[in-house]
Amino acid sequence: MTQAQVEIQLLAMATAVACSLCGVFLVLRRMTLLSDAISHTVLIGIVVAFFLTGDMASPWLLVGATTAGVFTVLMVESLQKTGVVREDAAIGLVFPALFSIAVLLISIYSKNIHLDMDAVLVGKIALTPLPSRRLEIGGYDFGPKSLALMMAIIIVNLGFIIMFFKELKVSTFDPAFSKAIGFNPYWIHLGLVLSVSTTAVASFDAVGSILVVALMAAPAATAYLLTDKLSIMLVWSCIIGMLSAVLGYWLAHILDASIAGSMSTVAGIIFGFAFFFAPERGLFSVWHRAKTRDRKFKLALLLVHLTQHEGTIREEEECNIESLHLHLRWDEYEAHSVAFEAVETFCATKENKVLRLTPKGRIIALESLQIGTNLS
Amino acid sequence: MFESLSVPGLGSVIAGTAMLGFLCGTLGTFAVLRKQSLMGDAISHACLPGLIVAFLLFNSKESWALMLGAAISGTLAAMIILGISRYSRVKEDSSLAITLSVFFGFGLMLLTWVQRRPDAAQAGLARFLFGQAATLLDRDVWLLAAIAIPCLITVFIFWKQFQLVCFDRSFAQSLGFPVFFIDVLLSLLLVMVIVAGLETVGVVLMSALLVAPAVAARQWTNKLEIMALLAGIFGAFSGIAGSFLSNIGKTSIPTGPVIVLLITLIVLLSILFAPARGIVWLQFKHWRDSNVLQLDSVLSNLVNLAKEHSGKQNGHSMAMLKGISSNPSGVPRSVHKLLEMGLVFEVDKGLYIPTTKGEEYLHEKTSHMGRP
Repeated sequence: MTQAQVEIQLLAMATAVACSLCGVFLVLRRMTLLSDAISHTVLIGIVVAFFLTGDMASPWLLVGATTAGVFTVLMVESLQKTGVVREDAAIGLVFPALFSIAVLLISIYSKNIHLDMDAVLVGKIALTPLPSRRLEIGGYDFGPKSLALMMAIIIVNLGFIIMFFKELKVSTFDPAFSKAIGFNPYWIHLGLVLSVSTTAVASFDAVGSILVVALMAAPAATAYLLTDKLSIMLVWSCIIGMLSAVLGYWLAHILDASIAGSMSTVAGIIFGFAFFFAPERGLFSVWHRAKTRDRKFKLALLLVHLTQHEGTIREEEECNIESLHLHLRWDEYEAHSVAFEAVETFCATKENKVLRLTPKGRIIALESLQIGTNLS
Repeated sequence: MFESLSVPGLGSVIAGTAMLGFLCGTLGTFAVLRKQSLMGDAISHACLPGLIVAFLLFNSKESWALMLGAAISGTLAAMIILGISRYSRVKEDSSLAITLSVFFGFGLMLLTWVQRRPDAAQAGLARFLFGQAATLLDRDVWLLAAIAIPCLITVFIFWKQFQLVCFDRSFAQSLGFPVFFIDVLLSLLLVMVIVAGLETVGVVLMSALLVAPAVAARQWTNKLEIMALLAGIFGAFSGIAGSFLSNIGKTSIPTGPVIVLLITLIVLLSILFAPARGIVWLQFKHWRDSNVLQLDSVLSNLVNLAKEHSGKQNGHSMAMLKGISSNPSGVPRSVHKLLEMGLVFEVDKGLYIPTTKGEEYLHEKTSHMGRP
């Protein structure tokens, strides 16, 4: 790996971590779509700040963009508070309008501006190692500017989360309780909005607006499927974010395609995996658990059936493996396979196609009946 | 102004945007009522990979081929969004955001892979994002009509079912309506509309056209059929006016954003000034109600005081009334109004007693209390 590649990957990972940290709270508070809105409206902040300063490299652009992000959220909330518009519709009203103003401003004054629309969406991560984008202090090269910025954002986000962990937790999971014990959840909400805006703006310079949404939503949602504990969810979210960043980078490298695009693709694939195969909550795991339970229940039912007919005249008929499915009203194939399992696990023996209980099987059957009577 | 009318193709641009506005408004009504306003945003972003795959497969930039591809990936995205929130504990907002960004990112990856240029995407992407209403040809308008008419007919046929699912899902379920099928049908219609409009207004503005007319229309009526029609009209109007405005000046301004700003203006006016639901209206009503309430309470205080303090001859001062009122600063105005209405009489300087008319008025009001 060349130094440039290392630097790009480091930046991608740093961005992923910064976004995943905010993302966890967005996902838990059902505010993920605000990141979508913010990532669109930072454009107007940039445009306005550019008109005011006339300098594309000015740090005021970041301030303008962050302000625009916070402003967006406040607008959405005040629209909601009027009671005439629901949250989803409020988001859908505010960001296209602000975005349209930005597009119009750009198109009217585009002759004098160098505002690259594509760069806004796709980001300029591939340009990270360029000499003009490096941070040099006193002749020492401290690496790319955006990496330094991203590290600062991570530190701020982490500091916010660690300092206000208890408050974040209580206001996220039980806002009413939080209010009852005298802590207004709105302050935490504002802090979170500010941190999401700052993160979105900083990452958006590196990876573009769409990837910001992907990195805020996908790793956190994946982590949400993996654990029930907030602290562990934060860790998982960061790990998954970094994994998406590195794998995405190499996918882009192989295909010679957009880095931002392939990072979000990988993040999506990882989410898909978790959706199906997460140990507790994956679709496949849930299905498998249901299947196992079903199987266990059927086995117990078979054993109970055997105890009922043990030593009766009809035992030969009722417990015959060939006609078992008729008495239990099961699928023939299923009856056979459950009977086979009973023999396999030493719960029953097979004599001349007739199933007979072993002591172990009898105990299981009686226990099951016991549970049944207790329940009723 | 008149020169603009002679701009070649302006007629088809206006016809196209008007039709699209109407269609988006009507279908957006259902999306907004079902709290799926941002579904349109997600689906329109998710059309990108389909467009590119279609371009690769058919190797053409024919509208129908691209539309087919977009429709397939849009449908897939809609199903994934519904699936994630239905089969896992991930909530709808996250499933929308994930689907939107991942599909779009995947499309971006495909696009740059096709072009083998990792740094920037070309005009195609810009067109996808912002649309190019100005290049609408007669042919595109016919294609748009070919999509719009079946969509509107479907809405007409399934009107009752859509209405039921929008307002009372559980009731629909209990009646035995195939609710899931209706959900899917509505999503499919949404995909069709989005695919039809992508080329004209682009992704971001598409979502605005689906949300804004419906929100504006909701302010003016409580009836679904009027809301849908009104939303359609708002959409069509902003389409027509937007194409006009953007073609008036010498330099051409992108049509999509102008349309969006117009419809946003309509929303703003509707939210503020619509009767019964507008903010200004509600504020006025609140102000009027609180005035009446204050008036009644001052009068009632005065009557009670008169009863307790030996006969009607002794008046009570303003200061006394202020002392027992919950809103002392409003008392002088209320007293003034009561004097005007003849409900209160000034027996001495600064001392007031209720008149018989005032007592009757109060009795009339309070006699309703405690009864249904």
